[in-house]
Formats: sequence, structure tokens, C-alpha cells
Amino acid sequence: MIRKLSLALVLMLGVMAGLGLFTFGYGDGTAYLKNDPAACANCHVMQPMYDSWVKSSHKDVATCNDCHLSHDPVGKWLVKGDNGFNHSLAFTTGKFHEPIQIKPRNRTVTQNACLFCHGDFVDHMRPAETGGDMLMCVHCHSDVGHAQR
Amino acid sequence: MLSYPMQAQAKQRASQRGSAATNVLLFLVTVIGTLLIAYVLVTMFGNKQAARTPFVRVAEVNELSTDPEPWGLNWPRQFDGWKATAGAQFDGGADAMPQSKLDTQPWLKRLYAGYAFSIDYREARGHAYMLYDQGVTERVTKKPQAGACLHCHSANSVMYRKAGLEALGQPADDAALAADFNMPAVIRGFQEVSKRPYADVLTLLYQAPDGTPNETTPVNPVAPYGGFAGEMAGQGVDPAHALIGEAHPVSCIDCHDPANMKLRVTRPGFVLGIAALAAGNAPVPHLPSIGQWRAGDRRVPYDPNALASRQEMRSFACGQCHVEYYCANKDTLEFPWSQGLRAEDLEAHWAAKTFPDGKPFYDYTHGETGAPVFKVQHPEFELWSQGIHAQSGVSCADCHMPYVREGAMKLSNHNVQTPLANINNACQQCHNVSEADLRIRVETIQSKTKALMERAGLAMTDMLDAILQARAAGATPEQLAPIFVLQRQAMWRLDYISSENSDGFHADQEAARLLGESIDLSRKATIAALRLRAPEAPSTTDLPVQPVIGVTPEKP
Repeated sequence: MIRKLSLALVLMLGVMAGLGLFTFGYGDGTAYLKNDPAACANCHVMQPMYDSWVKSSHKDVATCNDCHLSHDPVGKWLVKGDNGFNHSLAFTTGKFHEPIQIKPRNRTVTQNACLFCHGDFVDHMRPAETGGDMLMCVHCHSDVGHAQR
Repeated sequence: MLSYPMQAQAKQRASQRGSAATNVLLFLVTVIGTLLIAYVLVTMFGNKQAARTPFVRVAEVNELSTDPEPWGLNWPRQFDGWKATAGAQFDGGADAMPQSKLDTQPWLKRLYAGYAFSIDYREARGHAYMLYDQGVTERVTKKPQAGACLHCHSANSVMYRKAGLEALGQPADDAALAADFNMPAVIRGFQEVSKRPYADVLTLLYQAPDGTPNETTPVNPVAPYGGFAGEMAGQGVDPAHALIGEAHPVSCIDCHDPANMKLRVTRPGFVLGIAALAAGNAPVPHLPSIGQWRAGDRRVPYDPNALASRQEMRSFACGQCHVEYYCANKDTLEFPWSQGLRAEDLEAHWAAKTFPDGKPFYDYTHGETGAPVFKVQHPEFELWSQGIHAQSGVSCADCHMPYVREGAMKLSNHNVQTPLANINNACQQCHNVSEADLRIRVETIQSKTKALMERAGLAMTDMLDAILQARAAGATPEQLAPIFVLQRQAMWRLDYISSENSDGFHADQEAARLLGESIDLSRKATIAALRLRAPEAPSTTDLPVQPVIGVTPEKP
């Protein structure tokens, strides 16, 4: 009896794994593990941002991941996981603010990304102490990455 | 103390219970997991399908289809938006009429004295009400009006084309009417019927085919014939003006090409007006395609449908009606754009115009003073043209029909309404500011404009009093003539901003400038009228005056 139940459970687990794998493939899941900006427009929401990035000043030097992920090897995957989950949840349920707005923690990521490349150039503008108050680069340079908010 | 075999049995039972509990838990997790994955898969599939086929054309629409219902089968989301301009549901009846502006701003009655607007003038309602409200306003039910009114309040292109083809002596059967938009015939038909009485043209509108010959129930109710308070109210339809068929307020076909959904303009008044604007010299930096046309050989008149960019069309479609125009029975409806789009350009156009009988143009004789004056309609397109949003390339539709997302689809919201009802989509696309702060920005502009408007209204009524007193004191027409010009100019500027529907938001500084000028002109007219009754001013040369004392020391 128990053995039969276990067998059914294993079958169900198999179905779930198969369905999950198919969904992952159908949603082009592996693309999200790579660096191609087209993947970010997979789920339609980022299409305007992608379209304007293609014509932006940064298109030859920075992809989505260069600005929106941490440059720390561990932090990169933490930020990717955090955003990957939240974006999937928001778009599947359809519950998100329009026009989409960046979260404060993700804004910190982009600010650090600006400084990763341009840090030496703006060194004199940075706060004297670590963690001091600082104006975001994109406060003025809002359309360097993409024009659409 | 149990014996060893019994202990082993108990252990085995406990472990079986444990493994059963684990199995149940695992079962539930698997069920929920599978459900979630299937939900994600189905959502993803739906979005992918929607992205692939944004619409399915299940009903045929062509140049006859003034009825929006077949369009609604193909583009249900846009159709829902169009219907939503009625509010939660269509609110007909005398009780549902919006607030009268004549009650909230009593000076309007004196501004419009001698003109139908002094009888009935109310707050505006959504697009769905345009034909209904025109049918019941006492301006139409109590005063004879021209068919030109229907130029904007109805889906009229088929009616115009039919009248035009008939006037040109060409076949005007359904096949000919459906074949092509035929702008020359539409313009000819518009000229043919524009001056005819309103009731005649409404009858023609009903008789014109609308693409649904077997269906005569409009989306929204039809206005009761004769309105609520006119002399024909409750009388039933006059047999001479039988309304057979179906008429529609502005619908899909008025802004979209039925072949490919491309934005287009269809209103003869706009097509002629914008061509006259292009042919003039007024700077229009916010309409780049006019600049390009001017740089060319100008042999063919400027044609917005062929030359305007998509972004310009997103304003032109609205500029077909939300403008200043002449609309009565002495001449064909006309947009006054030959000298430019500023208030004084429009005023100069009217001042230079004469009626076909050679007499100078005017809209009405002011009922109190007898001055010939101009009436401003609702110059939203013109005022927007003077504002920061137009100069920045922001179109009407960007704020009044902002893009909305439905699943994978992006469409412009066809519930045309105030952007304040939808600040997220309307303003925050560009303005990185909270909704509350944006609302305060708009309300600050509007409340300042309204306060200035009240001040200008007071100055205007003071002016009317002073002119009446001058007349009572026996002022001659020659003495009053220059004062009447000041009166006309003062009233034009006040009416320009009070009739415009943004309370100054479309161009705040321009609105304040015009109201400031209106106050100045009203006061000038008041002073001039008082002077007619006042004794000669005494000389001021003998008055002791403090001399100007400089701070720079005199040279020794």
C-alpha cells in the first residue's frame, strides 16, 4: 500500500519536474542566466527600455547587467535572484506600479555601477566618508542608459 | 518494560506513521508546485499569443463604418475605452445635466449677453455625450443653429461625402461611398450643408449609411427630440425631419483609417485651417512637418495626412475639434489660423475677415452695449501650442490618452479624460515626481489662473457698467466706436481662457498674459467711457513736485 502511494508520489514529482522544465524552456529561462540584453525584454515589460538602450550612449559599453547587477561575483547572483523572482511575480500577477519604478536598493546598485566605471573621474564629487550623502548620477543623467523610465 | 520484539514493532509503526506524514506533506507540496507552474505557463502562453496577434479582425470595417460597433468586435479594448467616456454608465435625462457655468461664474451671463451661450452653458462631459448634449442644450433647442455644429459633434464623413458626391454630380450609392475617403468630396459636402439648419443636417446624418444597415440601436441613448425645455420638447419628431437610421458621436472612423488603423484627420475645417496656417509665416516650431513643407516648393497645399509625423497626428486628431472656429449660418465653418496660432493671430484673422455680403465679420452684437464682438470656442489646440509641453514634443494623446499595458500589449487609453484621473500613466512617464506632488503642481497653476480669471471677469463687468453709463449720458456712436474695439479685445482675451478647458494648464504663462491683457483692456475701456462723462482734466504743470535728486555728487 505504502509502496504504491510512494510510486504515485514519484510519478507526480516527475510530472511537476517535467512541466517545470518545459515552462522553463518555453519561457527561455536559460537566457536569464546569460548577459544578452534581449533576454530582459523577453517578458515584454522592458521592451521600451530595451528599444531606447539600443540607441543610447552606453549601448557599446554597458549591457543591462553592467548597470543593474552588482560587480561583486556573489552580489551579482543575489541581485539577479532578487530581481528575477520579483519581476516574474509582478508580471505574472500583473500587480505593479505603472510606469515601472526602480526600488531604492536597485538604485544603489546602478549608482555603484556608474562609479565602477566613472568613479575616478568623479572622485572629487563623492562624499568624504563612506556611506555619506550623495546625489545619484542619474538624477541629472537620467537618459544615459535608456530614455524610458 | 516491553520485550525487544515488541519494541521493534512499535518503532516500525512509528516510522511508518512518520513516512506517511512525510508523503502527505510531499504530496501537498507537489500539488501546489504543479499548480503554480501551470499558472505561470498559462500566463506566459497568453502573453506570448497576445504579443503575436494584438488584434483579430473578425468584422469588416470600411469607409462606411461610422458605427463603432463592428470596430469594437475587432478592437474590444479600445472600444471599451471609447464607451468608458460615458462614465460608469450613460447618464441621460434632464436631472443628469452637468453644473451650469452661468451659475458658478455669473459674469459669464453678461459676457455672452445677446448670444445663445447666455441661455445655457454647462460643464463639459465625456466624448460619449457630445451628440446627446448638443441635442438637448437650449442653445440649440431655443435658438436656430446651423448644421455646421455637427462638424465636430458627430461621425459625419459619410454624410459629407454623400452630399459632396451629389453636388459634384457623381454616383453616391453605398459602393461609391465605401470605395475611398475622397477628401475633395467630403470638403465639398461640408461646404454644401454647413450653412443649412441644424435639424436638416441632423436628418441627413441619420439617413447616411453607417456600415450596419440592419442594426439601428446606437451604443448610447439618443437625445429626446426638442431637448428638455425647448418649444418642441415632448412634441415628438417633426415629420419633415424624420430621424431614420442611426447617428453616432465621434467614433473610430473619425481618427483612424479603416484599412490599416493609421491615425488620420477627417474634418474639413481642420484640413483647410492647417493648410492656411502652413501657407502663412507664423512660426510653428512644435509642428516640424509644416517647417519641412514650407522649405519645399509649396505647389500642393500642406496635407497633414500625407506629411505629418505620427507624433504630430497624436495632436492633430484632437485639433480637429478642440479649437477656435466660426460656426454659424452666415458663412461656412472656418478655423482662423491664417496668421498663426496665438490669441492675437486668431483675433487678427477675424478682424480682417468679411462676410460674403462684404460686411465686417463679428460673432454677435453684445446685448448690453451693442458692440460687435467675437466669441471664442474652446482653443485647447491653440493654447497647447503656446505651452511648454508642445515645445517639448508632448502631444495631446500623450497625456489625455496615455499608453496602458494590458498583459503583453501596449495601447493608448481610449477613455479620453483629464490626465489628473490617471497621473501615473499621464505624467510620470516623464516626470519623476510623486503623484501627490504632480497634482499640487497642476492645481497651483489652475487655481492661480482661476483667481486671475475672476479678477478679469470683474474688470469686464465694470467696463460694461461704465459703457452703459456713457450711453445713458448721451455718448455718440462715434465716441463709443474706439471703446467698442477695446471691449471686443478685452472680452476676446477673457473668453479665450475661460472657454478653454484647461484652466490655463495647457500654457500657464500665456493664459496669465492674456488675462492680464484683458484686465488692462477692460480698465482702459472703463477709463475711456468715464472720460466721456468727466470734465476736462485740469493742468498739472503748476503742482509742486519733488525734483529728482541723484546720488552722484555734482561736479564742483
